[in-house]
Amino acid sequence: MPDTRAPDHTNAIQIKELNKWYDTYHALKDVDLTVAHGERIVVCGPSGSGKSTLIRCVNSLEAHDSGEITVDGTRMGDAASIEAIRAEVGMVFQQFNLFPHLTILQNLTLGPMKARGLSRADAEERAMKYLERVQIPEQADKKPGALSGGQQQRVAIARSLCMEPKIMLFDEPTSALDPEMISEVLDVIIDLAESGMTMIVVTHEMGFARRAADRMVFMDHGAIVETGTPQEFFEAPKTERCRSFLNQILKH
Amino acid sequence: MKNIAALLALTLLAGCGTSGTWGWYVIDPTTPNGWNNITFLLNGFGATILLSVIAAVMSMVIGLMVALPGMSSNRWIRLPSRIYIEFVRAIPLLPMLFWVFYGLPVVLKSMGISVSIDAFWGAVITLAISDSAFTAEIYRSGIQSIARGQTEAAKTIGLTYSQTMRYVILPQAIRRILPPLANQFIYIVKMSAFASVIGMQELTRRANELVVTEYRPLEIYTLLILEYLVLVLIISFFVRWLERRMGADESR
Repeated sequence: MPDTRAPDHTNAIQIKELNKWYDTYHALKDVDLTVAHGERIVVCGPSGSGKSTLIRCVNSLEAHDSGEITVDGTRMGDAASIEAIRAEVGMVFQQFNLFPHLTILQNLTLGPMKARGLSRADAEERAMKYLERVQIPEQADKKPGALSGGQQQRVAIARSLCMEPKIMLFDEPTSALDPEMISEVLDVIIDLAESGMTMIVVTHEMGFARRAADRMVFMDHGAIVETGTPQEFFEAPKTERCRSFLNQILKH
Repeated sequence: MKNIAALLALTLLAGCGTSGTWGWYVIDPTTPNGWNNITFLLNGFGATILLSVIAAVMSMVIGLMVALPGMSSNRWIRLPSRIYIEFVRAIPLLPMLFWVFYGLPVVLKSMGISVSIDAFWGAVITLAISDSAFTAEIYRSGIQSIARGQTEAAKTIGLTYSQTMRYVILPQAIRRILPPLANQFIYIVKMSAFASVIGMQELTRRANELVVTEYRPLEIYTLLILEYLVLVLIISFFVRWLERRMGADESR
């Protein structure tokens, strides 16, 4: 059915009454979330709480069962709308998901050349620009397997940036990294946040959240339990579930 | 290897006596009749190889066309491919060969297509179809062994399904697919012997014809087996070389 309402460009992402089931398991329960342009959201919560599922619905890597998602004025529905939304949304995965058979440079130029029709020269120029931004231009001709985890994740961020998205989604970007590599990746994400990029970051890095988030979203059992500024969230959590979660992860 | 060679040498030596049950004179290249016979037999190599190569190439193409829809998330797209594989796998080669050679022209004629299928193409079509069910399964397992994250990453940089297959999945899957596919070629070479029953002049047919005129089945069929052995040994040597190369590539 055609949607006759005027597209809503006032928000970057608008999620209304989103529900998702895996067979009988209710993974997302009536989730409402609105993200303004330029807003930085950090989503946290215990494992299995639906955080990853939620952001994977935003670019339709997971299909939702009911509710609606509007990204930058495009309401998700048919294949064309999904394509339009994915063109605006970049994503960084926990496991990097670089293409192991291609060099770093080829990883970065594939999307711009094949999906956007850029010439090789333009795509490579753009790739080098973003490799410099994540501070590893010297690795351009290596294969991903030759890089450390932290370097691979920075390449993955650069690969997303090469598509020049308006919104970036980060799905536990540092969870697969050795501890000494976490900060080099977080520095890149903070740099991106400071440049005004709209982003949703699923992470357990609470130091990062304090520094970079405009708003915290706490999820549990597939529902959003609490949202607030980092200050409210960390100093005075409103719910008992949130308090006990914070106690768990901030204990050490 | 050494043992097999010794055994063969013994068998051949045993046949060198003029008395006894062996009569190698039928294929003794030093006599005019033996020379004629042996060239007649060896001339079957061309047909066997041509038949197997064309059938293998067709099987690889059909197999891919069956395998790709077979991995769709939509069960209605998946279904025809599943039915094809189960159906084709269930038909023994020989009845299928008879059906294609004697039956298919009649079916085509009733549809208004008047073609005669000679022994060569009858055998090629049968071998290709029969084998394609297995190549399809080889493709499927090879492609599915590439982590789902690769497809997801390709989606987030805007690649279409066919671009994802061409630039991301197949180049990686090919390393896992090629060795079993080459192995499958050995199967085709051996099964091509069935083409003899519809009159295709390949290795086995020629051996059968010579047995009828010379009445020396033991010697002629021994040579026939050696002919296949040489062919298959050459292919398995190639397969092993391929596996080593692919393995070396993987580790970078």
